[in-house]
Amino acid sequence: MLQVKEIDVYYGAIHALKKLSISVEQGSIVTLIGANGAGKTTTLKTISGLLHPRSGSMMYKNQDITQVNPEKIVGLGISQVPEGRRVFPSMSVLENLEMGAYLRKDKKQIAKDMDNVFERFPRLKERYKQMAGTLSGGEQQMLAIGRALMARPELLLMDEPSMGLAPLLVKEIFEIIKDINERGTTILLVEQNANMALSIADKAYVIETGEIVLHGSAQELMNSEQVKKAYLGG
Amino acid sequence: MQEFLQQMVNGLSLGAIYALIALGYTMVYGIIMLINFAHGDILMVGAYIGFFSVVVLGTNIFVAMAIAMIACAVLGVVIEKVAYRPLRNSTRIAALITAIGVSFFLEYTTIFFLTPNQRVYPAEAFPVTNYDVMGITLSSKDIFVFISAVVLMVILQYIIKRTKTGKAMRAVSLDKEAAMLMGISVDKTISITFAIGSALAAAAGVMIGVYYNSINPLMGIIPGLKAFVAAVLGGIGIIPGAMVGGFLMGILETLVSGYGSSLYRDAVAFGVLIIILLIKPTGLFGKNTGEKV
Ligand SMILES: Nc1ncnc2c1ncn2[C@@H]1O[C@H](COP(=O)(O)OP(=O)(O)O)[C@@H](O)[C@H]1O
Ligand SMILES: [Mg+2]
Repeated sequence: MLQVKEIDVYYGAIHALKKLSISVEQGSIVTLIGANGAGKTTTLKTISGLLHPRSGSMMYKNQDITQVNPEKIVGLGISQVPEGRRVFPSMSVLENLEMGAYLRKDKKQIAKDMDNVFERFPRLKERYKQMAGTLSGGEQQMLAIGRALMARPELLLMDEPSMGLAPLLVKEIFEIIKDINERGTTILLVEQNANMALSIADKAYVIETGEIVLHGSAQELMNSEQVKKAYLGG
Repeated sequence: MQEFLQQMVNGLSLGAIYALIALGYTMVYGIIMLINFAHGDILMVGAYIGFFSVVVLGTNIFVAMAIAMIACAVLGVVIEKVAYRPLRNSTRIAALITAIGVSFFLEYTTIFFLTPNQRVYPAEAFPVTNYDVMGITLSSKDIFVFISAVVLMVILQYIIKRTKTGKAMRAVSLDKEAAMLMGISVDKTISITFAIGSALAAAAGVMIGVYYNSINPLMGIIPGLKAFVAAVLGGIGIIPGAMVGGFLMGILETLVSGYGSSLYRDAVAFGVLIIILLIKPTGLFGKNTGEKV
């Protein structure tokens, strides 16, 4: 579905991604794990079109998206749940969700999808008029996920959805991710929480200082000594 | 008491004009963090377009205002595209200096083509009638200015709160990157913001023409400055703040010139503003903790 081939991404003179390649198969959950500062967020931003690679290519469903702008990327069916949730704080829960459906014109279907989001996240429904900035961290994460789903993505990019959440909530979020995937959305999940990510993923990549150093099935990586030592706490 | 009410009537019309101008400052600042110093000059261009549409095309004042608003909306979009967009990623001071440059450009281009002379807004554009309401003189000018300004502000509120475009404007001003991830075009949204802000300034320009009867190429400077202060007073970037700040500024100004001396008008008005800002530096509606991350 998505093939990222040997991309180089820079911030000015900083070489953030070095010949990075990953591929995501339709219907799967692929995870990209790595330490803080490794280049995970940069990878997702590049796929979303917020950054453009200096070299290399990205193909999505047989289209070249290497230099495509973020608006178009969303239209092609790729949504992102950004790091740190990034909900619009002084807009209501409802308005945040409406923004997720910004490019869509099918009013009826939008209303249906909104119902689905509220069904999935009853706490958002109770608070639909409330300003997003006043929600708790977990609720904001749910809103960010709901907002991304409102675009009806075929591929959902998720940047550390478990960050800063209590263990119980982390479990809940991962259940939700699994469920979204089971209902047909392909997922590229970025995580520092390698344990959880590997437990739900089909395939995994390990990134260190902008380079993929290891990849394989989630099962393989979970059993790899290298991964155990560095990311699974021995 | 009657005297006071009379001052309030005058203050409300003047305040409505300042509020309209302040809205443009605050909307532009909210979305690209730029103090658009050319904003007052867009008002002046609007006043001239209104003038010519009455004098040359023979339209009534409402049509003149609509033409001025449309023309200035286009002007605002062009200014943003040509002058500000190329500097979007450079320092704020560079953009600010450019804004001052655009301001001079508009002023002196107008002087070049239309001479620096005053022009008198034609009396037939707006027949003035005075009404006596319980001892207070209510001029048709006051009514015209106040009602049109309030109508425009209600429309603006509707756009920003209820329409998709307005919500996109708020989203972009809150978090550009997150807005892009929704599929919102930031460039297009910024253009729309300039269009709306400039149209409101043009309406204010025509109102000033009607209110004070005369226009000139430098007429935008002082109202622009005062409206800017009004926007800061209300909390720059905050739309209701600009409205309240504008009205406060207008009322303060007329009260001081009514009860004190018009010589002290601006000094006292600005003095009060300084005091308010000393107590609440983020403005009346400003949040003390930055909500932007
Ligand atoms: N806006 C930026 N400007 C300059 N360097 C950046 C910027 N964003 C990230 N970086 C650098 O790029 C590298 C990768 O960052 P990032 O992708 O955010 O890592 P991760 O998401 O894995 O924690 C880091 O060294 C970081 O310091
Ligand atoms: Mg990150």
